[in-house]
Amino acid sequence: MFARALAQLTRRPLTLLGLCIVILFLFVAVFGPAIAPYRYDTIIRGAARQPPSAEHLFGTDRLGRDVFSRVVWGARDIIFLPAVTTALSVIFGTCIGLLIGYYGGWLDEIVSRALDSLLAIPALVLALVMLGTIGPSPFGIIVVIVMLYTPIVARVVRSATLNIRSQGFVEAARLRGESTLYILFQEILPGVLPALTVEAALRFSYAIFLTASLGFLGLGVQPPSPDWGRMVNEARDSVSQTPWALWAPAGAIAILIIGVNLLSDGLRRIFRYEGQVE
Amino acid sequence: MTVPVLQVENLNVDYRLERQWLNALRDVSLTINPLEIHGLVGESGSGKTTLALALMRYLAPNARISSGTISLDGDDLLAKSPADMRRIWGKDISLVPQDSLASLNPSYPVGDQIAEVTRRHQRLSRRESWRQAVEMLRRVKLADPETVARRYPHQLSGGMQQRVTIAMALSTQPRLLILDEPTTALDVTTQAVILDLFRELIRANNAAALYVSHDLGIVAQLCDRVTVLYGGEVMASGPVATLYRQPLHPYTIGLLASLPRPTPGVETRLPAIEGAAPSLAERPRACVFEPRCPAAIPLCAEVKPALEKLPDGRLVKCHRWREIASGAVQLPTAPVQQTTSAPPRQRTVLQADGVTKRFGESNLLDQILGRASKPVRAVDGVSLRIRERSTLGLVGESGSGKTTLARCIVGLTTADEGELELLEVPLANALSQRSRDELRNLQMVFQNPNDALNPYHTVGQALARTIRRLSAERLTDEDIRQRIAQLLAAVRLPAEYAGRYPAELSGGEKQRVAIARAFAANPALIVADEPTSALDVSVQSVVLNLLKDLRARESASYLLISHNLDVVAYLADWIAVMYLGEIVEEGDADDVYNPPSHPYTEALVSARPVPDPAARQKIIRLEGEVPSARHLPSGCRFHTRCPRKLGAICETEAPPWRDAGDGHFIRCHIPVDELAELQAGPPDSKHEDR
Repeated sequence: MFARALAQLTRRPLTLLGLCIVILFLFVAVFGPAIAPYRYDTIIRGAARQPPSAEHLFGTDRLGRDVFSRVVWGARDIIFLPAVTTALSVIFGTCIGLLIGYYGGWLDEIVSRALDSLLAIPALVLALVMLGTIGPSPFGIIVVIVMLYTPIVARVVRSATLNIRSQGFVEAARLRGESTLYILFQEILPGVLPALTVEAALRFSYAIFLTASLGFLGLGVQPPSPDWGRMVNEARDSVSQTPWALWAPAGAIAILIIGVNLLSDGLRRIFRYEGQVE
Repeated sequence: MTVPVLQVENLNVDYRLERQWLNALRDVSLTINPLEIHGLVGESGSGKTTLALALMRYLAPNARISSGTISLDGDDLLAKSPADMRRIWGKDISLVPQDSLASLNPSYPVGDQIAEVTRRHQRLSRRESWRQAVEMLRRVKLADPETVARRYPHQLSGGMQQRVTIAMALSTQPRLLILDEPTTALDVTTQAVILDLFRELIRANNAAALYVSHDLGIVAQLCDRVTVLYGGEVMASGPVATLYRQPLHPYTIGLLASLPRPTPGVETRLPAIEGAAPSLAERPRACVFEPRCPAAIPLCAEVKPALEKLPDGRLVKCHRWREIASGAVQLPTAPVQQTTSAPPRQRTVLQADGVTKRFGESNLLDQILGRASKPVRAVDGVSLRIRERSTLGLVGESGSGKTTLARCIVGLTTADEGELELLEVPLANALSQRSRDELRNLQMVFQNPNDALNPYHTVGQALARTIRRLSAERLTDEDIRQRIAQLLAAVRLPAEYAGRYPAELSGGEKQRVAIARAFAANPALIVADEPTSALDVSVQSVVLNLLKDLRARESASYLLISHNLDVVAYLADWIAVMYLGEIVEEGDADDVYNPPSHPYTEALVSARPVPDPAARQKIIRLEGEVPSARHLPSGCRFHTRCPRKLGAICETEAPPWRDAGDGHFIRCHIPVDELAELQAGPPDSKHEDR
């Protein structure tokens, strides 16, 4: 089924574009240091505030750092952090969602209410409080976003599980004495995967956005290492003199999120037809 | 000569699938005269719904009418503009759909929805249209129509909702009513009442109707003429009486023969139509029925037969109808007598004593606050016994608790009270406390074949896992492979099906795999919950025969649950009838059809649509709805609907078990002899006006 889904992905132009964008950014994230002409913190003497040129593709900022190099170096964090947080949220959310969806009853009531109350806190407020207390760090960002996204993933998995748990094949598994673990991961999980794949792609794009927002607020990766969000913030003051220093990271964020969204939208359309349990 | 209400000639409808047009209906012709109810019979995939929608010009966007004519009262429908069609829909042609809840808007009272139709089409004032809506609800015999009109759809039962959609369809006095399986979702007792209503209202409205159904019994009882559709083509057409009495097409013969029916005292086997209906892309070029036809000759695979008109006006599309008519070709027309199955043994497979299951609908918060609501007694102290190699049939309407009882026995639901014994050894109520051997001995076949198999596991994986889990000895991979091959052969599926995914199987094939899985480790008792209700008639007989064969071969017993009395009677040798969580009658399968029987059983038997237009049946109709199990009626639980209610005693005192001999017990205040006398009367003459 997933092989067929992949074949379908490449048949939709917009989805294919999204896939290409994501692959391009992944490539930059992995090989960034090799591509970038300068280190992210190299200050080029006498080259401050230069407009884009063949030598400096995206120009230089007010300190004389090559904006292109900083964007390329920054790709790693902006992709790595959201990827980790998405993976962790999906793992935790899946386990919680499967358990409460399958068992139901008071366990579901208690855990669901707890998840709801986590969801009720505005994302940025929670992030500001948490990172303000434990101090801004990549680890802090991961903890905050996982806390925010695990309940969302859990709810998606829970509702998919609710649909599957009363189906005949799950009852047949119970009637042959299968363990709960087997039923959850062998019988139910495959049916949840389509919805989960779409949700994971969606979480990933939101995580990128949130990571960049935290960077903008100065709660992300600390200077001098490059963070697209913070680069936007830093370039904000001198936007009239060096607009490129603002547009380059902002554009990178926008293109990456659009790419991930196109991809997740394509996945959703494909799984709506392919992933349905007949 | 009268102008037919509907005349369809050589209609062709195509569907566009994956960039090519596929022929879904080929040269279909149909004539419906005034006052006529025309039955349209066919399996799923035969094109009957496509035809119904094409008549209304309401096809999906990927469908087209490529040729043919449709005229309503002599008026060419295909020439109408979309705006004209919108005026015709609901006014000249109305549809009563299968799923009434889905077709009613949940956010408006039903009275408003009926009133809207007349307001739109007849330009009535708000007050006048409301008055008419209430009048329509009265005409579909809803008690207290003023109150019902103010209710929202979800506040009405399934039967009441269906009456509302009928009232809506009839409110503009349409010329043609299209009824698309309008009673499939209803209980037999409700279905009987609704069918009576159709008959009466269509006549009173001077309308005509097309009744789309897969149920040959209903068509026999309701329709004047019938058209049999298969693979998008008309196979046969004619008056119901002659078509049922002397079917000429092998498909019609097969369909009629494969219906289970009571055959007292004789062990029978149903003649089944093998194979499955072809998909749109795989329809044979010549005769569409040839691959499954028992009378096929080489000519049938080469030349498409013509739809021939017989002297008596019947239509038949078969190369060999003359030979069939003259008797030169003999096809089985009734269940074949069988000499097999060893008689049941005396040893008990399963004994249930006082099984009770209550469901509380209160949530955690309510429980903490002590607001727990009154529990529903779904199963209330039921006792039953199943002997080795026998089949106990459990019948009842929806809400009778039969499924809950079955789930309590297999352990999917834990009974609150009561004792179970499996093979004369006490059995725990909770599934988690049952041993592997006990699990092995108690397996289940589920109602819906489409969710009985995990879509992500192959047939082989599903069977292998069950064999491995439940077998006592350690099996090698080779043993398991052999056992899978053996099981697939037993359910008559090719061995290569082991590598297939459920999505690649038809509904009947999936159910056969599910049966193979239940038999995987030689169980003693198989609980089958409506095993054929989701299947087509022609597939149903295959599955029923299979269950019968396996019972004899594997020496298993069944607890068979169904709302279809004929299905139960075909397989079961003992029948228990359930009503509101209690068993009201049990006895030998042959005795249940005959008096004396419980008034409820009598009503069930009478409500069952018999696939014989000439059959004379007692007409006993249960009015009202099944009461809620939350507020059980006092005394006899059936007294609120019982047509033979004695009086106050039925309302105050629980009825005693009365012994009718040979283990036949009836729970009723009326003594057995009196019941026999009351019920022995001559069958009411059938709807005189026919």
